[in-house]
Amino acid sequence: MSDDVVRLAHGAGGPAMRDLVARVFLGGASHPEARRLDDGAVIPFGGRFLVVSCDAHVVQPRVFPGGDLGRLAVCGTVNDLAVMGATEVLGLTTTFVLEEGFPLAELAAVRRSMEAAAAEAGAPLLAGDVKVMRRGEVDGLVTSTSGVGVTDRVIRSDGLRPGDVVVVSGTLGDHGLCVLAARHDLRLQGDLRSDVAPMNGLVTAALAVGGVRAMKDPTRGGLTAALVELAAASGVSVRLEEALLPMTAAARAAAELLGIDPLVVANEGKVVFGVEPGAVDAVLQALRAHPYGRDAARIGRVVAGNGEVVLDTGFGTRRLREPDVDPLPRIC
Amino acid sequence: MSTLPFRDPERGRALSTRLQRAVDRAGRPVTVMHVCGSHEQAIARYGLRARLPAGLTVHMGPGCPVCVTDTASVDAAVALARAGVVVLTYGDMLRVPGASASLDDARAAGAAVEVVYAATQVLERAAATDGPVVFFATGFETTAVATAAILRSAPPPNLFVLSAHKWVPAAMEVVAQVPGSAIEGWLAAGHAATITGWGVFEDFVARHHRPVVVAGFEPLDLLAGLCLLVEQVAEGRAEVGNAFPRCVSREGNRRALDVLFSVFEVGDGDWRGIAHVPGGDLQLRSAFAAHDARLRFAETLAAAPGQAPFALASACRCGAIMTGRATPTDCELFGTTCRPERPVGACMVSTEGACRIWLEHGEGR
Repeated sequence: MSDDVVRLAHGAGGPAMRDLVARVFLGGASHPEARRLDDGAVIPFGGRFLVVSCDAHVVQPRVFPGGDLGRLAVCGTVNDLAVMGATEVLGLTTTFVLEEGFPLAELAAVRRSMEAAAAEAGAPLLAGDVKVMRRGEVDGLVTSTSGVGVTDRVIRSDGLRPGDVVVVSGTLGDHGLCVLAARHDLRLQGDLRSDVAPMNGLVTAALAVGGVRAMKDPTRGGLTAALVELAAASGVSVRLEEALLPMTAAARAAAELLGIDPLVVANEGKVVFGVEPGAVDAVLQALRAHPYGRDAARIGRVVAGNGEVVLDTGFGTRRLREPDVDPLPRIC
Repeated sequence: MSTLPFRDPERGRALSTRLQRAVDRAGRPVTVMHVCGSHEQAIARYGLRARLPAGLTVHMGPGCPVCVTDTASVDAAVALARAGVVVLTYGDMLRVPGASASLDDARAAGAAVEVVYAATQVLERAAATDGPVVFFATGFETTAVATAAILRSAPPPNLFVLSAHKWVPAAMEVVAQVPGSAIEGWLAAGHAATITGWGVFEDFVARHHRPVVVAGFEPLDLLAGLCLLVEQVAEGRAEVGNAFPRCVSREGNRRALDVLFSVFEVGDGDWRGIAHVPGGDLQLRSAFAAHDARLRFAETLAAAPGQAPFALASACRCGAIMTGRATPTDCELFGTTCRPERPVGACMVSTEGACRIWLEHGEGR
């Protein structure tokens, strides 16, 4: 396919997307804050910092074990704000682009789910917009959310230092594997469930302890993409130990069966932290005391280097790389 | 992740030491080949290559059925999809490029291309519609048995199979016959050998006087297989070894083989990146002509444009890689011009291809 058109890989969150952003969205005149390409943009305001972020959502199927499009849309923005330190969400807005013929009952269900997730996050839904397209011009429903949060201290992606410890708030790969199994009707047995959840409460608990240097929500591209971004922004490398990575038995089995690397599929209710060595035990304790952090674990450490993320498998090591394209189940 | 018995690093270190001793005993560099994308996946996934003895080179041969599926077969599937036929296939076939388009491209343009994970889903899909449903069936002995089984289960008359199934032993023959081949032994794929039995390699070993060892897919299985293989090389022996006895017998799965060969027969075929492979394709027998998509849609396929033979870019080294004469990082297109999203060569096409695996796992860097 030609280089002059948008391709699916441009939306996969990897190198192609960064290339697109650089080529089209970051012109010479763009604001320095936009150029940082963090999860949200920071606006100093009255001695504190406003953080703004937005997130568009399409998912097939729209309802999956553990969540749905509405919950996903709210949590996506809330979590992007939270990992910048803005755990106090002042408000959210939503946009719906609807296909003519879309059932009102399903739309109402998505909306209810958004409200429930927003209530859980303490993030009021304040405004919205609706557009309707002719049949066939959009696939059912596309939604996006925007949010404004506030914080006294902004956490940036470039804060990792050699010696820091890498901590993840819980099991990996659940959302991506669950949606993949549902989308392709794989009929796996076991309780594969999406982890989609607002992370601002959990992040508040971790920040209260102190010692968090950087954090990210490992969504598209999974833990791998999140750590590659943090390591590159901070000018360090990361070494992970496979034996320490928390996964549910269901997700591990699904990943093995489908031949999909659980470290590159999306999580929608997890945060990966870089923590000062002296604060690790206290941060882990705080995370594990939170309902969304019970399986929090130390998974690796930050070392000097230039952006490499390396996994020690116990048999050898391999460098983790972001996927170019979304993974598909394989035959053998 | 908890440690499984087949992933015990302690035992891994013991096998690595044994492997080092075997290479030392050979007293010279040893080059072997495996013929399975899942083996390469496991080698890369566990980072095994980084800890192999310095004198041991392990190449990946033509071991990815998706990669070696010829362009003409992909073109046929694309032509049927564009003609309005429902086309079912395994997920990793979606992005494999034909002469001008992949099935994913056809799907993006509105064709009914659907992913199945189990062959039984094909039966259900065909039963749920009146129109023709084509199963674009790919893979080695393993998935071919499943395709054979659905054709023997009184399938609905609207179900057709477009077979691109391949027979692995034929490809090993091609590699062994490459002039000046440095390959001194082969690791054979445990899952395929579960069907064929290890006995299928006895003629090959006798003809070429080079050993074959069947190995499984856990890191310890692979290390054990390499030990048995390199020990034979070091001692000048050439036998069929079995490092996967918990699944593989000499006879294999007789019942599966009977099913396989009641439906398919081997015929000559074109493998992408390798060229002509005598006896390398599994073709539907005439008794199943009523379900053969190549016969049922002969007119559509003959009229389809873009059946030009696949031309490798001149710099592409897939042929050399699959025959063990080069590694992916030897190719100047690797990771630059040739990437998973827009592969130039067969080995970058699927997640089971050597180049794709090396790129995604950072091998050879």
